[in-house]
Amino acid sequence: MAFVDRDISDKGGKSLAQKLHIDLPLLAGVLVLMGFGLLILYSASGQSSLQLNRQIIRLAIAFVTMLFVAWIPPRIYKKWTPLIYAIGILLLVAVLVVGDEGKGARRWLDLGFFRFQPSEIMKLGIPMMIAWYFSERKLPPNFRELLVAGIVIAVPTYLILIEPDLGTSILIASSGAFAIFLAGIRWRILLSFVSVAIVYAPLHWLFVMQAYQKQRVLTFLNPEQDRLGSGYHIIQSQIAIGSGGMDGKGWLQGTQSQLEFLPERNTDFIFAVLGEEFGFYGVLLLISLYLWIIGRGFFIAIKAQETYTRLLAGAITLTFFVYVFVNIGMVTGILPVVGLPLPLVSYGGTSMVTLMASFGILMSIQTHKKLLPG
Amino acid sequence: MLAFLGRHLSMLKTTNQIKGHAFKDHRQERQILVSRSIFAFVFVTILMLSLLARSWYLQVIKHEDYQTRSNNNRISLQRVAPNRGLIFDRNGVLLAENRSVYSLEIIPEQVKNLDDILQQIKSLGLVEDKHIERFKKRLLGVRRFKSILLRSRLVEKDVAIFSANGHRLKGARVEARLVRYYPYGDQIAHAVGSVRRINDRDLQRIDQVNYRATRHIGKVGLEKHYEDILHGTIGSRTVETDVQGRVIGKPLTEIPPIPGKNLKLSIDIRLQLAASKAMDGFRGSVVAIDPRNGDVLALVSNPGYDPNEFVTGISTENYAKLIGSADQPLFNRALRGLYSPGSTIKPMLAWVGLENKLITEKSTVEDPGYWVIPNKEERIYRDWKKGGHGHKVNVYTAITQSCNPFFYDLAYRMGIDTIAENMFDFGFGQSTGIDMGEELTGIMPSRDWKRINRHTDWFPGETVLTGIGQGYWNATPLQLANSVSAIANSGERYNLRLVTAIEENSDWQDKQPQLAERQVDFGDGKNLKIIRKAMQRVTRRSWNGTAQTAFDGATYDSAGKTGTVQLTKSADEDEEEEKEKKVIAKKFHDNAVYVGYAPVTNPEIVIAVVTENGGHGGESAAPVARLVLDAYFNGTE
Repeated sequence: MAFVDRDISDKGGKSLAQKLHIDLPLLAGVLVLMGFGLLILYSASGQSSLQLNRQIIRLAIAFVTMLFVAWIPPRIYKKWTPLIYAIGILLLVAVLVVGDEGKGARRWLDLGFFRFQPSEIMKLGIPMMIAWYFSERKLPPNFRELLVAGIVIAVPTYLILIEPDLGTSILIASSGAFAIFLAGIRWRILLSFVSVAIVYAPLHWLFVMQAYQKQRVLTFLNPEQDRLGSGYHIIQSQIAIGSGGMDGKGWLQGTQSQLEFLPERNTDFIFAVLGEEFGFYGVLLLISLYLWIIGRGFFIAIKAQETYTRLLAGAITLTFFVYVFVNIGMVTGILPVVGLPLPLVSYGGTSMVTLMASFGILMSIQTHKKLLPG
Repeated sequence: MLAFLGRHLSMLKTTNQIKGHAFKDHRQERQILVSRSIFAFVFVTILMLSLLARSWYLQVIKHEDYQTRSNNNRISLQRVAPNRGLIFDRNGVLLAENRSVYSLEIIPEQVKNLDDILQQIKSLGLVEDKHIERFKKRLLGVRRFKSILLRSRLVEKDVAIFSANGHRLKGARVEARLVRYYPYGDQIAHAVGSVRRINDRDLQRIDQVNYRATRHIGKVGLEKHYEDILHGTIGSRTVETDVQGRVIGKPLTEIPPIPGKNLKLSIDIRLQLAASKAMDGFRGSVVAIDPRNGDVLALVSNPGYDPNEFVTGISTENYAKLIGSADQPLFNRALRGLYSPGSTIKPMLAWVGLENKLITEKSTVEDPGYWVIPNKEERIYRDWKKGGHGHKVNVYTAITQSCNPFFYDLAYRMGIDTIAENMFDFGFGQSTGIDMGEELTGIMPSRDWKRINRHTDWFPGETVLTGIGQGYWNATPLQLANSVSAIANSGERYNLRLVTAIEENSDWQDKQPQLAERQVDFGDGKNLKIIRKAMQRVTRRSWNGTAQTAFDGATYDSAGKTGTVQLTKSADEDEEEEKEKKVIAKKFHDNAVYVGYAPVTNPEIVIAVVTENGGHGGESAAPVARLVLDAYFNGTE
């Protein structure tokens, strides 16, 4: 493994990174990714310095948040977990009652001085709560405990689903599910869940799904059928990536991207710009960067000292992976179109701060360690 | 690596075998978590590799296929900018239109030999070396498949030459664009305003979707105030293009843009040009309004500037010249120039005196050429005429010959509270309601105003100065005209307006005139008659009026009042502007003012003229007013 173990117990004096509670390998991965992302964004935005500046400001705010979160020791997070979860639930209820409506959905809560989406709290709140619940119990969990964990996940998932915000509810549900998986749910139970889901899927299609949702899936299966409608995104992004070839067309030289054939090229479909202008090598670099961050996340989880931190670190890392996988899968045409940004690369995104806060938690777990005997 | 994995997989098995443990086993728990984490990481890695495999499939195996499709790509979405609404004067004369502007552009990628084609274009006389030089600078760092400007502002002849030779110049093309054009240039600049190129700061506040294809935005005056109405709504079309980016056939789908709405102004361009000409050589402003509805007939601020220069992009040199000029051509004096109204307010003050029975039609004041506050002889207030206006100055003489001591005395007895309260009704210190934005409202001084802005009490001496329209009191030319319209229209004062109708679906929707919030109550009109009579005498030789010379031989009957005033600074402007103004104030002392209306019965037009450094109101401002009124009644220029 390529990761360097930087356990503070190994060293005598404290370096600056240790004082700031920064995990250097994770930091390096995040910074390189940010830099590469800005390079791509500059091209994807049609060389807009305005967009670039705004993105830099957002990244800076998120970065400071990460440093702050990293500075607080994990035992504090553990202590406050039930409260954070409870506040998250309350805010989700509040948003349904008094939230700002936009584009037919209530997702925003306006506190006068700033607006935010309470669902962002739950992206961390759920894995924290599951980790907290299992940390005080024997593992692997028994059936009753699994039921409790299921309810812990289901309540906020449902509240977000009826906002409605399908993408986020899937994301937070899976973050909770990952924590359960890491806690050692038995394979037998896991497999039976999966088979139930397989049986349920056609029923869901027939009785629950809305027409537009069905259309998305159909378009995904056969994009050529709807060339100017929703299939347009998928076809154009694949042409962009495919025409990039091995070496790419060069930075700022992507015809698909620059001539505006590619829709949403600075947000959800930014990966296609990378594919077109930097080619397969660019894709390889980006995926390696993501894998480096994910790998470091798992390393931190394995090295963590107690159940709470191990579960939390692992769940956070897996959730980050889902972001990356769903977005790239969607743009390359192996998954249906779901509105999820490419983390740290796409323009905007309210989720950037939450994402960087979760990296802050990873750093906190790695850098606040007790000296254990043996 | 494999052995490592194997060990953890075996651990996985053992954890699954443990059931029904009675105590919390940290070691065992750690094993579960570690093995699950490793399992997850392996799983994640496999999925990430599958993404990589998918990319490999698209980018390497199917590359040629997609390369071809990319080159033939062909359906693109084009945005179409709406045509900006036109602006007409009251008689339908175009004041702001959209003209085709042609530019010569080149797509480098489509050109076989760039130097060759540039030489060819040069030999046709379409460009000079400097254009080619600039073009080559633009070429650096720009994408080769995008159209790059070679020369802007081609004239019709150039376009003809290009179309005759176009077939030999592959990769070069002439682009036509509609651009705002103001046919009357600097003579109407301050009445209409102008559009300018959208810059980064505009981008932050405009609707970026709707302005996607738009290059200009209203930045000043009417063009800014009515931006939402003038702009229109963006349209779009999907078109099929060939490798060269040329459009093939008809658009596949099309949403036509909705053009901006046309505006009809109250401005009469004939009168506007006459006023602009009459102001030739003066710094200052002319405002002519219709007292019966608040229509602004002419709005001149001199010197003006050519708004067309800003549309196509003004050169840094010329801009520096405009900014640096002591004459401040960019400054809209009619809207934002604050001048002491001076003696022009005397008829209004006289009316307040008559109403409050402080004076009567017959009562007189002695004018030895100066006046002092009773029982306090430390300060002398002088009349403008040495030796004064005689022993028995009545209200008629006081207005016709502009006698200061009469009004020192009247103001002193009236007190600042009564003055301020009544002058508010004439519109001083308040917005004229003009639909242009950025209007300054000037200062109508009062006790409250002084306490808030100067943090001191009001002194009686200041009341005396207020009596001749000086001291803190200031107003814009628009306000001056507006105040006189109350007298001309017997008490009904309207909000000023420039736009009288907006065209919707080729139908003019008239805007109704609106009465101003505060109105003067002239009651039975007896006292109003007195001051109107006095104002009429101002223009008469037989009554030795201060504007007699200017109105000698006029074919119509007019009334008015002269004033000689000082340019002052505004209290609420920032320091830098204040400094600038002080320089001017020192440089040019006496400003001339004239306000008037005509005809004397049923007035149709009210005029206010300010000429900076013009000396006496009767000598420079009144003649300007005469020229404008002549143009109005006789059509002469």
